[in-house]
Amino acid sequence: MAKQFLSGNEAFAYGVRLARPQVISAYPITPQTIVVEKLSEFVEDGSLNAEFIHVESEHSALSCAMGASSVGARAFTATSSQGLLYMAECLPYAAGGRFPIVMMNANRSTALPWNIYGDQRDSISQLDSGWIQAYACNAQEALDLALMSFYIAEHKDVSTPFMANLDGFVLTHTYEVVDVPTAEQADAFLPKYQTENKMDLQKPRNLAFSAGPDTNTYFKYREHLGILNASKIIDEAEERFAKIFGRRYTGLTESYRTEDADYILFTLGSLSGLVREVVDELRKEGSRVGLLRLRYLRPFPNEEIAATVKNAKAVAVLEKDISFGNEGTVYTNVNSALQKAKLRIPSSDYIGGLGGRNISKEEIKIIFDELEQQQSTVKFLGIGGETNGN
Amino acid sequence: MKPYLRDFVPTSYDDIPEATAYEAGYLVTKNAGWRNVRPVIDAQKCVGCLNCYLYCPDGVIFREGSKVGIDYDFCKGCGICSKICKLQAIKMEAEK
Repeated sequence: MAKQFLSGNEAFAYGVRLARPQVISAYPITPQTIVVEKLSEFVEDGSLNAEFIHVESEHSALSCAMGASSVGARAFTATSSQGLLYMAECLPYAAGGRFPIVMMNANRSTALPWNIYGDQRDSISQLDSGWIQAYACNAQEALDLALMSFYIAEHKDVSTPFMANLDGFVLTHTYEVVDVPTAEQADAFLPKYQTENKMDLQKPRNLAFSAGPDTNTYFKYREHLGILNASKIIDEAEERFAKIFGRRYTGLTESYRTEDADYILFTLGSLSGLVREVVDELRKEGSRVGLLRLRYLRPFPNEEIAATVKNAKAVAVLEKDISFGNEGTVYTNVNSALQKAKLRIPSSDYIGGLGGRNISKEEIKIIFDELEQQQSTVKFLGIGGETNGN
Repeated sequence: MKPYLRDFVPTSYDDIPEATAYEAGYLVTKNAGWRNVRPVIDAQKCVGCLNCYLYCPDGVIFREGSKVGIDYDFCKGCGICSKICKLQAIKMEAEK
């Protein structure tokens, strides 16, 4: 391993290089551009032996990656925001075709109003597309996710495309010291991609076909089981990763000081670093508060959430997302997990950070203060405006 | 060569492959249900020039000795073969 000073985007690109993808097809978009630039440099200087395809759009980027995957190649693409929405037609296509493509998405707001800064409305709007969705909290995790994502996506029990999300600018453009593993370590971790789901002259197969009303549900059920299986394979990948690289991750969620916590805040991505600091400060003042970071939104950590909050008095979700006309989608998912586990505890939703708006320590402290009132509310952080009949 | 129709028809969950990928070279269902006129070849007039065989957009005309035959399991009844036949050996007849 070698320590290097890298941005989130660069760290992810280093991780992708270690995974040795055979085809990279991508279109640059702020704030993802540096990943594409870096990988094209790696191909240019010969340190990555991959076919780098300059496509004319994001729709083509993912279509191209599907073509590569359908001949059994390891394929990578990256996008953000409007680009993700433009390729949206191809997302369920790749998932339904069971093509284990890895894509990095730099989380960015969606127009209008036009905005290039970070929020998570782009990826969260695509939760139903059949992709695994992970959210990194720092550059090291970004690099490690890049490597692990291929292992998880390509595992024969999963065969599901993987979207690794990095907060736009806050994570993609900030620099940290990152441990970059050696190629030998990476090769020991990540086996070659092998599949029957490919064009093969020796064993010709009909790919990406139609399935009518009689059999369609069966295919969709198999797809659902594949992404559910990812929970188990994520654990397996992290165990294997820890043995080789010495860094351990914690599955679908990461809990911080939740064991005896009365009030637990859920969030995802890089924001969890700030919430951690607030938890420490409030703990010093004697408040029993904790943080649950959702590392994955698909598969959704239903059981992990229920196990973590079963003794809490109230929980809240802080998310950079709003499903207009209802509430934040992470909140909807969390409430469903609580309901299925028969946990009747107050839960609130705080929608913040839209279009890159800063979230302050003070605002997070206010959330914890309000949690003590044990209400269920939906609020726009720092603005108010409750919804849903409260 | 006429397309080969696979005998096996998936009916249960266990019959379904993991991905949308399955052994190639077969068709799984007949596909001619919406045809309302069918081409009928007059074998006396046909000289086996194979123009219809070349022009058929669905590849359902096949060679049969020195003449041609039509695979009615897949013919959509578009009538191009009838139009293209210089000897007017193919007539379109209403499906009953």
